Amino acid sequence: MTLGRAFSVAVRGLEGEIVEIEADITSGLPGVHLVGLPDTALQESRDRVRAAITNCGNTWPMARLTLALSPATLPKMGSVYDLALGAAVLSAHGKTEWARLEKTLLLGELALDGRVRPVKGVLPAVLTAKREGWPAVVVPVDNLREASLIDGIEVLGARTLGQLHAWLSGKAQLEERIEAPTSAQEPEADLADVVGQCHARFAVEVAAAGAHHLMLTGPPGVGKTMLAQRLPGLLPELSHSESLEVTAIHSVAGLLSGDMPLITRPPFVAPHHTSTVASLVGGGTGIARPGAVSRAHRGVLFLDECAEIGASALEALRTPLEDGEIRLARRDGVARYPARFQLVLAANPCPCAPTDPSDCICNPAAKRRYLGKLSGPLMDRVDLRVHMHRERAEAFAAEAGESTNVVRERVNSARDAAAQRWLEYGIRTNAEVSGVLLRRRFRLESAAMAPLKTALDRGLLSIRGVDRTLRVAWTLSDLAGRTSPGLDEVTTALSFRDVGGAQ
Amino acid sequence: MTSWTRAQIGTLGEDLAVDHLTALGLQVLDRNWRCRYGELDIIAVDDATRTAVFVEVKARTSDQFGGVEQAVTPLKVRRLRRLAGLWLASHDGSWAAVRIDVIGVRIGRHREPEISHVQGVG
Repeated sequence: MTLGRAFSVAVRGLEGEIVEIEADITSGLPGVHLVGLPDTALQESRDRVRAAITNCGNTWPMARLTLALSPATLPKMGSVYDLALGAAVLSAHGKTEWARLEKTLLLGELALDGRVRPVKGVLPAVLTAKREGWPAVVVPVDNLREASLIDGIEVLGARTLGQLHAWLSGKAQLEERIEAPTSAQEPEADLADVVGQCHARFAVEVAAAGAHHLMLTGPPGVGKTMLAQRLPGLLPELSHSESLEVTAIHSVAGLLSGDMPLITRPPFVAPHHTSTVASLVGGGTGIARPGAVSRAHRGVLFLDECAEIGASALEALRTPLEDGEIRLARRDGVARYPARFQLVLAANPCPCAPTDPSDCICNPAAKRRYLGKLSGPLMDRVDLRVHMHRERAEAFAAEAGESTNVVRERVNSARDAAAQRWLEYGIRTNAEVSGVLLRRRFRLESAAMAPLKTALDRGLLSIRGVDRTLRVAWTLSDLAGRTSPGLDEVTTALSFRDVGGAQ
Repeated sequence: MTSWTRAQIGTLGEDLAVDHLTALGLQVLDRNWRCRYGELDIIAVDDATRTAVFVEVKARTSDQFGGVEQAVTPLKVRRLRRLAGLWLASHDGSWAAVRIDVIGVRIGRHREPEISHVQGVG
């Protein structure tokens, strides 16, 4: 038999597809022909595989070698197929059929001396293997921890091509699955560090409890950034399925650390204000790679100095905010990445931004232009808007504010109450509840609705604004431990929208 | 044993290749046919199938610079195709098929020279 066969996985976006790799040796002038839409990195794998095979003490066939990757129409990229190509060539050249090779998916890049190097996107590839019912996957030993996160499939780690060769013929063992240690709680910034700012502090608590989007404005140095950085600490831990979603995105982006592969805390992503559209929502040639919004999936996307961010970059956030996912079309196809993040914006009120707002020297046009970049449609999606003011004497108070742990307890119980209530509708947080549900099934008593009716009649609030205010009101009542929002909650929620355009 | 010049090695290789082809039942028509674009080492004919066979001979005394077959690059194959066309144009005769072969002659490793014959390379 001069035909060898091995299997690997192509990962596009977060979806994987099984790739069959065949090696055929025929008479002819020596040469390697790689077919199946390879990109440059994959074309170069011919040289890597050849060097790795000869340096592992095997011979390279002195004949015409055709390597085919199927499905032939699927563009394949990257170095992840090296290991499978090498195994297929060894099988074809040695005229041996290994039972193990037929039932195993191989992932990994080869070094010239035959070592197996780590690759990106192992987690989604192993997930695909499990879904397609493959019994075993061989991954680079450095990716073994990441691959071990998936149960229900045999996961093995290869150190060298020679080790894999010996394993295929039953002469050696590969590294076994590593049980990842439960992630220790990393020390986070504590909410008690923030001086004063009761109102903004409460807004952050509400945002955490209801997954509402938040905007903080105020002069420099009042603690906008500090507060925003403390928001992820208030969020509950990710569930196992959420962790896997988040980890898969980070795996594709190549951001996982070797020893702590599973991400269990909500991620906090703070791109710089010069970020481009592509870096925010994802992009790149060929097939798009995930951007900041996807890395912040199930976590917090914090845009500091958002008035300095380009208008096009901000507007690009509108669709992911609404859909909770982003679809990016590029030359080689459409990649779909989840992007259900909580948006936190922070900005100064004007370009000069003095400590005391009355010292402002900006002319009205400059002032309007500054925050005018934040368009109506975007601001309409932000439920909580807070103006922070300069703190005076409290800054030196001996008593610190509430700590993160105390607030997180309240946030957790509020989230549990909300989850319980919306369970039968398949919703988990107040921010996701539909307007119809809020206005029909969970209609508030008319006394509580009175301020909303007034605002609506006076044209200060849109219908969507009413829905969003109601969602915040529900979160406030959850935090207060009430069964449904009353007049107090609705008026507080309305105050967070700063109706009347006080800006 | 005196050391050989490269031309002598080449001629020896071609002689051995001719012996090999004759043993296979091919009839050698021409050797070292030259034109302004290059040289064809051996032109043979397979009478059974009326096939014109153009043979490039590679003789080597060591594998230091790669195997015998690896010395035939895609560029060289292209040149051989062109030369074959020129030869066919300048000679009468009708052929059922045309083929380009490479014969590698490895001298010095064993007592007998090793001959490797790759058929239909381009």
